[in-house]
Amino acid sequence: MMIPGPEYRDLPPGHSSPGRLERALRAGRFVVTAELNPPDSANPEDVYERAKVLSEVCDAINATDASGAHCHMSSMAICALLTRAGYNPVLQISCRDRNRIAIQGDVLGAAAMGVSNILCLSGDGVQTGDHPEAKPVFDLDSMSLLEIIRTMRDDRRFMSGRKLTSSPNVFLGAAANPFAPPFDWRPLRLAKKIVAGAQFVQTQYCFDVPLLCSYMEKVRDMGLDKKCFIIVGIGPLASAKTGRWIRSNVPGVHIPDAVLDRLEGAKDEKKEGRQICIDLIQEVQEIEGVSGIHVMAYRQEKFVSEIISASGVLKYETLVREPAAHADKEA
Amino acid sequence: MDHLAVPFIGTKRMYSLRLLASKNARLFEATYDLFDPVVRALAPLWRGIGYERVEKPFAVVEKLTKGVLFDCQMCGRCILSSTGMSCPMNCPKNIRNGPCGGVLSNGNCEIDPDMRCVWVDAWEGSKKMKCGDKINTVQPPVDHRIQGTSAWLRHIRERPVARHSETDAKAKGAAKA
Repeated sequence: MMIPGPEYRDLPPGHSSPGRLERALRAGRFVVTAELNPPDSANPEDVYERAKVLSEVCDAINATDASGAHCHMSSMAICALLTRAGYNPVLQISCRDRNRIAIQGDVLGAAAMGVSNILCLSGDGVQTGDHPEAKPVFDLDSMSLLEIIRTMRDDRRFMSGRKLTSSPNVFLGAAANPFAPPFDWRPLRLAKKIVAGAQFVQTQYCFDVPLLCSYMEKVRDMGLDKKCFIIVGIGPLASAKTGRWIRSNVPGVHIPDAVLDRLEGAKDEKKEGRQICIDLIQEVQEIEGVSGIHVMAYRQEKFVSEIISASGVLKYETLVREPAAHADKEA
Repeated sequence: MDHLAVPFIGTKRMYSLRLLASKNARLFEATYDLFDPVVRALAPLWRGIGYERVEKPFAVVEKLTKGVLFDCQMCGRCILSSTGMSCPMNCPKNIRNGPCGGVLSNGNCEIDPDMRCVWVDAWEGSKKMKCGDKINTVQPPVDHRIQGTSAWLRHIRERPVARHSETDAKAKGAAKA
């Protein structure tokens, strides 16, 4: 019997998946995940060359699913290419393009390929993308998606009640955005996602550490950091102009004036953007309850390794939380 | 009754009326709490006439009243009491567990920037309601087969305890854990 990829091993006790990301998180380590920007190409090498630079420093690589409603190679295909080469992908499922029938089928297929992590997203609207004339689906939303996959994994059945002969052993994640309104409800929304089945969350870009701190304070008060691993989104801005463009065109991303001013005042804006990223990583690392960072470096993937190394997270010896009882100490 | 004719629904005037709903969520909750037991107590009457026969009149009354007040889209499974009286089917993504992460900084919708986010209003409305914590219940996805049918009649026919027990129990379980 062929077992796909080195990712697949026996399920450790207390784990939902055999994957490396869950092992590292449950062992109490500070993890690094990164987004692989999918190619507009049918050439698998385009995927592998991007994965190679990221995997040097990552515990898992996110394969995005037509993010911003822009068409690219699909998340499922990228996961197929990555798992067969031994990488640790995170399958991203957006509810915009597929209905519940297609999605449940994809979940089984992904698990069979050796995917251990699934990120459940509602999805960006079609109007922001390159095919605004397309028909949006939105049969599910991120929360019902979490519930459905959790049911497939734990109750071994489809949403319809039909039984599965073997369940998908996946570690479930969702997105969180502490930087968009309504601010006072975002921690409650995280609680709701945890009830639905989220075991980890990756947040939208963090450029405003005080805002993140106030969110994390409420999250800790509610005990949510003990039930869910929180991985904060970080990314380098190429220039102040890029920052302003993102502010106006990407909903949900909040960039404070101080960051844009710092970029504008710099001689080499791109380098300063990377330094800001390093500084943010170092600040975020210190926040109690944060279990890792998720690097989203659009068109700057080759700098991810340099940024992570310079930030010092790889040398970070201290465990950020108590390891779980059956955690893999070698993770 | 001309002003209740179908063309009225879906106009700009509709939108401003629906914004008032979550602002007066407590009033609507109280009104509902008053009428629900009465309509429910008449269940033997509806059963006697025949549920299939009363379906159309129920749906028409529901569309006219909720359509005007909440811009109801007749999804067949009304969760207004769990969304601060702000109808989630007016969300362009039809999200039943919102808001999404794309809410603009002014509280408007990322898909329709001139429109207030339905879920921002849902949260505001819930804060005003007595049973406002229902918004923390995870809502199941829509059953597209029941689009256009009367949610009120379905509510009367089904036992309310069974419908919410699973998700409520999970929410309670999470709160205890």
